[in-house]
Amino acid sequence: MAMDTRKCVGCSDCVVACQTENNVPLGYCRDWIVETVKGSYPETVKMHFASERCMQCDNTPCVRTCPTGASHVIEGGIVKVTHDECIGCGACIEACPYGARYVHPDGYIDKCTFCDHRLEQGMNPACVDVCPTSCLIFGDLDDPRSPVSKALQEKDWYVLAPEAGTNPQLYFLK
Amino acid sequence: MKTTRRQFIKIAGMGTAGVAVAGSVLGSVQKAAERSISTPSSDSELFRTPTYCEVCFWKCAAWVYKDKEGNIQKLIGNATDQHARGKLCPRGTGGLGMYYDNDRLKKPLIRRNREDDHYEEVSWEVALDFIAKKMKGIKKDWGKENMAVFVHGSPAKHFEYLFKAYGNENHSEPAYAQCAGPREAGFFATFGSGVGSPEPADMQNSKCIIFIGNHVGENMHNSYVQELSLAIDNDADIIVVDPRLSTVAAKATHWLPIKPGTDIALLLAWMHVLIYDNIYDKEYIDKYAFGFEELKAHVANYTPEWASGITTIDPELIRKSAHTMAAAAPAAVIHPGRHTTWYGDDTQRERSMAIINALLGAFGRKGGMYMGVKQKLPNYPVPEFPEPKWTWKDITLDKYKNAAVGLTNVLIDASLPEYPKEHQIKGWFIAGTSFINTIPDRKKMFKAMDNQELIVVVDTMPMEMTGYADVVLPESTYLERYDYARGGKNRVAQVALRMPAVEAKYDTKPSWWIAKELGNRLGLKKYYPWKDLEEVLDWQFQKIGTSLEEMKRIGVKTFESDESIYLLPGEDFEFNTNTGKIELYSTDFAEKGYDPLPKFTRHESPDPGFYHLVYGRAPMHTFGRTQNNPYLYELRKTNDVWINPRTAKLWGIENGMEIWLKNQDGIVSEFSTKARLTERIRPDSIYMVHGFGHTSKKLTRAYGKGINDLPLITKVKIDPIMGGTGMRNNFVTFLLEKPKKEEVKS
Amino acid sequence: MEEILNVSGRVIPHVYPHLEIWGSAIAIYLFIGGLAAGLLFFANFFYLSGKQNSMPMTIKVAPIITPIIISLGLILLVFDLHHKLYFWQLLLHIKMRSPMSWGAWTLSVIMIPAILWPLTYLEDTIDYLKKRNDKCKLIGLFTWANNLVNKIKPLVLLLNFFNKYKKLAAYLTIYLSIILGVYTGILLSAFNARPLWNTSILGPLFLTSGVSTAAALLMWLSNNPLERKLYSKIDLFLIAIELFFIIHMFMGMQAGGNAQVEAAQLFLGGPFTASFWVLVVGLGLVIPATLEILELSGFHVPIGIISFLILFGGLLFRFIMIYAGQASSFHVL
Ligand SMILES: Nc1nc2c(c(=O)[nH]1)N[C@H]1C(S)=C(S)[C@@H](COP(=O)(O)OP(=O)(O)OC[C@H]3O[C@@H](n4cnc5c(=O)[nH]c(N)nc54)[C@H](O)[C@@H]3O)O[C@H]1N2
Ligand SMILES: Nc1nc2c(c(=O)[nH]1)N[C@H]1C(S)=C(S)[C@@H](COP(=O)(O)OP(=O)(O)OC[C@H]3O[C@@H](n4cnc5c(=O)[nH]c(N)nc54)[C@H](O)[C@@H]3O)O[C@H]1N2
Ligand code: SF4
Ligand code: SF4
Ligand code: SF4
Ligand code: SF4
Ligand code: SF4
Ligand SMILES: [Mo]
Repeated sequence: MAMDTRKCVGCSDCVVACQTENNVPLGYCRDWIVETVKGSYPETVKMHFASERCMQCDNTPCVRTCPTGASHVIEGGIVKVTHDECIGCGACIEACPYGARYVHPDGYIDKCTFCDHRLEQGMNPACVDVCPTSCLIFGDLDDPRSPVSKALQEKDWYVLAPEAGTNPQLYFLK
Repeated sequence: MKTTRRQFIKIAGMGTAGVAVAGSVLGSVQKAAERSISTPSSDSELFRTPTYCEVCFWKCAAWVYKDKEGNIQKLIGNATDQHARGKLCPRGTGGLGMYYDNDRLKKPLIRRNREDDHYEEVSWEVALDFIAKKMKGIKKDWGKENMAVFVHGSPAKHFEYLFKAYGNENHSEPAYAQCAGPREAGFFATFGSGVGSPEPADMQNSKCIIFIGNHVGENMHNSYVQELSLAIDNDADIIVVDPRLSTVAAKATHWLPIKPGTDIALLLAWMHVLIYDNIYDKEYIDKYAFGFEELKAHVANYTPEWASGITTIDPELIRKSAHTMAAAAPAAVIHPGRHTTWYGDDTQRERSMAIINALLGAFGRKGGMYMGVKQKLPNYPVPEFPEPKWTWKDITLDKYKNAAVGLTNVLIDASLPEYPKEHQIKGWFIAGTSFINTIPDRKKMFKAMDNQELIVVVDTMPMEMTGYADVVLPESTYLERYDYARGGKNRVAQVALRMPAVEAKYDTKPSWWIAKELGNRLGLKKYYPWKDLEEVLDWQFQKIGTSLEEMKRIGVKTFESDESIYLLPGEDFEFNTNTGKIELYSTDFAEKGYDPLPKFTRHESPDPGFYHLVYGRAPMHTFGRTQNNPYLYELRKTNDVWINPRTAKLWGIENGMEIWLKNQDGIVSEFSTKARLTERIRPDSIYMVHGFGHTSKKLTRAYGKGINDLPLITKVKIDPIMGGTGMRNNFVTFLLEKPKKEEVKS
Repeated sequence: MEEILNVSGRVIPHVYPHLEIWGSAIAIYLFIGGLAAGLLFFANFFYLSGKQNSMPMTIKVAPIITPIIISLGLILLVFDLHHKLYFWQLLLHIKMRSPMSWGAWTLSVIMIPAILWPLTYLEDTIDYLKKRNDKCKLIGLFTWANNLVNKIKPLVLLLNFFNKYKKLAAYLTIYLSIILGVYTGILLSAFNARPLWNTSILGPLFLTSGVSTAAALLMWLSNNPLERKLYSKIDLFLIAIELFFIIHMFMGMQAGGNAQVEAAQLFLGGPFTASFWVLVVGLGLVIPATLEILELSGFHVPIGIISFLILFGGLLFRFIMIYAGQASSFHVL
């Protein structure tokens, strides 16, 4: 997934849409918005928003540290948690540099699934579909013709905390 | 009655006590319990019904998805709808919180004695009989005309209809005199047509969009924001004039951090550059415009250097931005904005914007402003309405000659005891507006309320206003009811249906039902020949070649139109003005004694230690109506006050510090909030989001969170042309310690 | 000025604004793990060195503590799970790359010698206690336990078998105890996401610290002056190593990336500075070391105080590491 910080308005629609789509309990979230302001008034001040969620890392410390295998990688590189195998030890939360996981009130660990239940139906993730500025771009990174691959070819991008070594798969377009 | 006491509904001994008001946020939302499934269902397992959103007035068409048990799961934008384009904004997506909010009004309430705060739960019969009796009393003692109807949103039509049938046309909406009025008057004077909603700025095709204030992205009107995104995709230039680095300013090619209240100076300078650098659309002006030479002479001295001294904006930036827009013209547009009641000379500011749009050749051009088309829905046949003895016009138009509809503030003035008896208002009927949090100058508001013999409030939530009512009528939410279909002008003509997705919760009723039942009690049966709104809708739909049955299936229907939304090349176009042309020089204003060409007037600057009170929107909230919505509450619980770090330093204010605000008239905010130190604002201004600081304890989530800007707006400058309430002439200072109770006067 | 703020959706229990998924239970669990590892190490090591009779406390008596505290540790671990009813999933899977997994397994496996070992010395323990103070309430308990053990035939057979291969078992246990001690550090250091923890020194550091707490406890419990003196020396030596490791750890971080430098800052001027340097390093390491030097050079210092300080310092060290580690991140909010 890529997210275009130039277009995002920080409206948080992606956050509510995820909540209603995935029954994320109130007070929790699988995605969230960060605002960054740099420089000073008036000439140099700059601001952008970013919508963040599990980066579906290629190198998954969360899966590695999971003692039960509840955290696992499914087809397409999506990292998922099997609720019935999760003991709620929190190791994966400690392991994730992005704070992408949370303890569901029922005890298991929950996180963004890239809406795999929608992908199965040929739909986009809920947050992608709802975004009023269409700044979330979803697709197959292995397919050079997919919109997401194209966006990464055409635009400058960055990832968060590359030094954490997780090889995150959520790219932020500048 | 002393209304300055806050009198909120006592839900003492409510029949609905079974629904305990749980303390915790999670507990107070039943949804979590109702939707115990932990894995999401795929759409094929869900059922959907059409609606259009009522969380703001953009009215996006949507689908309500329900599970097998009939619980609402989610709301998704209707893909065929122009407003929604398959998406809802965060407020629309979270709209189901309106239905699930446990703090909702649940039963009709009557306060029989204004001296106490006791509200009695009554049946609809009792409540409506009570209102009818009181209304008849006012009719007998004063006249049926001596009542005012204050409405907003979908309930408006039903009650306007009721009162017209009753012989009263004193209805008004805050959407005019506190919102879009000046731009309607300013654009009408120039192009002979108002702007309307959605605003026909052709942003998705534009190469340059100019925003004066107008903080799109925070102002979250759905397709409006979508068009902005398309414009960014098209690499359109964006020019933003705002004292604050608004969201859109951060995306702009040019941000002009203007000194508040000086926009007309900038706009005049832009005209100067466009004309004197000869970069305006000469052909277009020659063909369509009237009064160019007068304008040219008028702006001769308004150079960027002149404007720079007033606006604090670098003259080069003024020049450069004018050239940027000219280069893109005619695919360039100054967006008319929406909330335009700022400083009292707002019609003239909007006139200036309209004039620049003319100079750019934007009106009727692709990428400029399109001319919307609409599908008219015929009225259900009923007998002619009675002619009222007097209407809002009789008490408005001699003063505010270009007011196009009733003015809330004029009707409030007429509600004061000292107003001439003949036109004095003695009863208020309020539906869908949180009136006391919407209209500035509370002192007057309270006085006017004291003078009323009847105040009825129709709302869905126990908002502050309900605490001042004699009768509170709980309306069903938009997810539980029918309303009139949505029409509206757009690029293509469309009609959208709202139907109930679920049965109405509690003892709530839709507005159409309330109006009809009240009509029956007022002897207006003949105006309600139909059984229910379904019948009316089906009749209307049949007339335009569809049916309720079809609309239930598709939600939105598009109608062919052979009108072009752009001017054809070389087309002779008759504008609806005195001269039939775009009036750069307004003959209408000249006739009526207003400035035919916009002039700059200097507005007050804050005293030392005071700062411009700048307010606006947060994308996830609508005014004061969504703070208690469990979903949207989670997104933003309170408003903070933006302060430039340099200003904060003078005060020793640190980021996150708790502060109170006090305005120039000594009004202190009821609650405190946190200071946000940010470079995103001018040092002479502070910024906060409107709609927070609720004082109604019945709003269990929203109560006490943040500061309400409205009580701090005590100085109001009325626009002499259309009567709008300029609300941005107010200044505030900081209190770093909790003020003593007596000081809190808001 | 730079501002990074949450617009929405981020205030989540245990995760934001403060990551606090692990708390005191894990700190105590790690402390117990280190202590148990040390106790087992000393018992088996000195057993192999043939000190059975000269160091009865170490080899025969104190090991009874280990199974008790290990069970306590495991109980704490389960107690700290958020999805407790599913704890058995832990025992259905072996995930070699998950320290949590192999740590739990190591603890479970080490439980076997940890239980069997003291059982083979139950009679000696009773004798020892009687000699020291024959009114001790534990004597009755142990006697009862001993009788019980003798009644269970398979257990007797098992103990005989264990006794037969005790040397081999001791080697294995030493090996396991080192793994256990190191594990308490690796559990944390395996997290790349927590720059403070993510240093290879943490394993040896926690091992050393664990062994040193065990030495302190043994020193305290023992009434044999020679045994005490030995532990005093061992402790001094271990404290020196620990200090070396700690300094090394900070130097390593200071030389690392931004995140590491910031992590080190938590202790070098940041919120954990005072508690770490005063309580852990000062009270928990330097002062007891000084006291021990005094003691060794003939001054009379109450052993209890020294031991207590070391144990207390060890526990606090783990608390602080748990909380500070969770405060260290890559600053992505
Ligand atoms: N999320 C959300 N969206 C909404 C609404 C909502 O409640 N919530 N309400 C809708 C409605 S009805 C309306 S009317 C619109 C209102 O939205 P807009 O029409 O965009 O309102 P404005 O008052 O133009 O915009 C506020 C901006 O004006 C800037 N400003 C303040 N003073 C000055 C000044 O003197 N000069 C200039 N140039 N700028 C100034 C402020 O810094 C702020 O950024 O929003 C609509 N959209
Ligand atoms: N201080 C200050 N004042 C302002 C503004 C500002 O920015 N600052 N903005 C101005 C502008 S631009 C505007 S447009 C106005 C808006 O002014 P209002 O329309 O008064 O705005 P809201 O606060 O949304 O109030 C709407 C009321 O309708 C209720 N409601 C919601 N849905 C329904 C429904 O389905 N049925 C019924 N019966 N009631 C419903 C809500 O609970 C709430 O009480 O405010 C103006 N006043
Ligand atoms: S919905 Fe889109 S624009 Fe809104 S915050 Fe999310 S990513 Fe940004
Ligand atoms: S972002 Fe966190 S939870 Fe997601 S894959 Fe990466 S490490 Fe795992
Ligand atoms: S909390 Fe659950 S998913 Fe995370 S590491 Fe532990 S068992 Fe695995
Ligand atoms: S992809 Fe799905 S689960 Fe992930 S944040 Fe978006 S909506 Fe939520
Ligand atoms: S803009 Fe948002 S709140 Fe307004 S009608 Fe559309 S979806 Fe609803
Ligand atoms: Mo408005």
